[in-house]
Amino acid sequence: MRNIWIIAKREFDHYFISPIAYVVAFMILLTIGIIFAINIYFFIQNALQSFGQVPDISSVTGAFGFLLVLSIPAITMRLISDEARMGTLELLLTAPIRDFELVVGKWLGGFLFILTVVAVTLVYPLILNGLVSPGIDQQLVMSSYLGVILVAASFLALGVGISAVFTNQVAAFFVTLSVFVFLWWLIGFPAQVLQGSASEIFRYLDMKSHFYDALNVGSIKLADLVYFFSLIALGLFVGTTAVETRRWR
Amino acid sequence: MIQVNGLTKDYGARRAIDNLTFDAEQGEIVGFLGPNGAGKTTTMRILTGYMPPTDGTATVAGYDVVEESLEVRKRVGYLPETVPLYNDMTALEYLKFMASLRRIPDTEERAYESLEAVNLEDRADSYIGTFSKGMRQRVGLAQALIHRPEVLILDEPTIGLDPAQIVEIRNVIREIGKDRTVLLSTHILSEAQQMCDRVLIINKGKIVTEDTPENLQSRLVGSQRVVLRVRGDSDGLTNRITKVKGVRTVESKSDGSVEFEFGAGEDARPQVAKAVVQAGYELLEMRPVGLSLEEIFLELTRDNAVEAQTS
Repeated sequence: MRNIWIIAKREFDHYFISPIAYVVAFMILLTIGIIFAINIYFFIQNALQSFGQVPDISSVTGAFGFLLVLSIPAITMRLISDEARMGTLELLLTAPIRDFELVVGKWLGGFLFILTVVAVTLVYPLILNGLVSPGIDQQLVMSSYLGVILVAASFLALGVGISAVFTNQVAAFFVTLSVFVFLWWLIGFPAQVLQGSASEIFRYLDMKSHFYDALNVGSIKLADLVYFFSLIALGLFVGTTAVETRRWR
Repeated sequence: MIQVNGLTKDYGARRAIDNLTFDAEQGEIVGFLGPNGAGKTTTMRILTGYMPPTDGTATVAGYDVVEESLEVRKRVGYLPETVPLYNDMTALEYLKFMASLRRIPDTEERAYESLEAVNLEDRADSYIGTFSKGMRQRVGLAQALIHRPEVLILDEPTIGLDPAQIVEIRNVIREIGKDRTVLLSTHILSEAQQMCDRVLIINKGKIVTEDTPENLQSRLVGSQRVVLRVRGDSDGLTNRITKVKGVRTVESKSDGSVEFEFGAGEDARPQVAKAVVQAGYELLEMRPVGLSLEEIFLELTRDNAVEAQTS
């Protein structure tokens, strides 16, 4: 466990001197901020005409899906591929740590960084809570943010896994992005076309539905949690296997 | 301390090392001498637990490199050929990171101790990205020393250093080698002679010979090579020199000079000079050349072939 933490801490520190990390954080925070401002604006407009709904936080957290698809590949692309390119992977693979500790540590470092960025956006539910009376639905905030965190954690795990396969970080970026686009948008289409159990399978694989139709509307169900934890496990397993395979090449 | 038995490694169809067997005692500095691609790095990577062998066994400090890899890695300090450094860290941060991965209690103290060993303590807070090649090499060595390992494995430790730094690093390694086992690789013969108690010459994945530097030296000085240069055209010169008694081989070089070789006991230089001048050439230069590593290999492999034939 300590080894995982040491690797994670070095990775977390690295993000704060990395321009890409600042660009990603800036992009996420700016977009979420704009979306929040627009929501509030329309709420006030509608309130003046005395109709419309009280805004809830799910429109803000909902924007995270698209943002994470685009930004996480940039966060994970270098995690292991760059170590391989610089030759420092040889250092880590001959240090007394296990391969999975390295992979999990890398994942945790990226996760802590995204967690920091996501934590900053908690100001919006706080603002919203002050604006509406008697306050907003706290349970929905918790469930939506849990959704954001689980989506991020799953993407990060897949990203680390893919980064371990490649030595070139640009290749890692595009493969990761393609996998995310596939999981987030494309895999849902067969579910609409097909029928019966085939449709069910694709619906279950569709990541978007586990977020928008469940956690982001306040429903925390085991099936959705299992989906996300399976993806995390899969990503970390791919990463560990890829690192082990490097030893044989 | 290091025991290697029948070690073999294949990369696909290519055999990188072939049935290597050797050992190294505690307090011994063993040199791995060989040209690029001879299998030095591969052997070192297996011994440090980086990659498993295809066949054969190796133990380091009593632990099997495959079965008890983590135990081996705890006891080995390793400086790979490409010095593994993080450019975005200072020397001190880097060493503290490595010390913490190696579970050293007072990381800062040990990081400074390591930096002192390689004379870099005044650059502790500089970023590694700003370091020269020689300094990078020394930070890499400091990293290998940080946990005071029983076994030190150094892949080309003096490459890229200036002469003063080479002397310095050699002294550091010799100091460490007094009570610990050091396995280092080099393709510089004189370096192996100066630093090592024992030299293993490896070529094409096989150990060609194994001896103390002194014995190796005397075995190799069986013949003498001389470069000869004349003014203008050197056409026909090789024929003249070949005819001189005692000359074993003659070779004409692309720069117009001619290189010949004769046995150690029979100095053919006066006769060669006489023959060259009598033939009407203007002799400009005649100087002995040392054996290059490639030539030593040719020499050694030729010797092996002869031994195999006679036995």
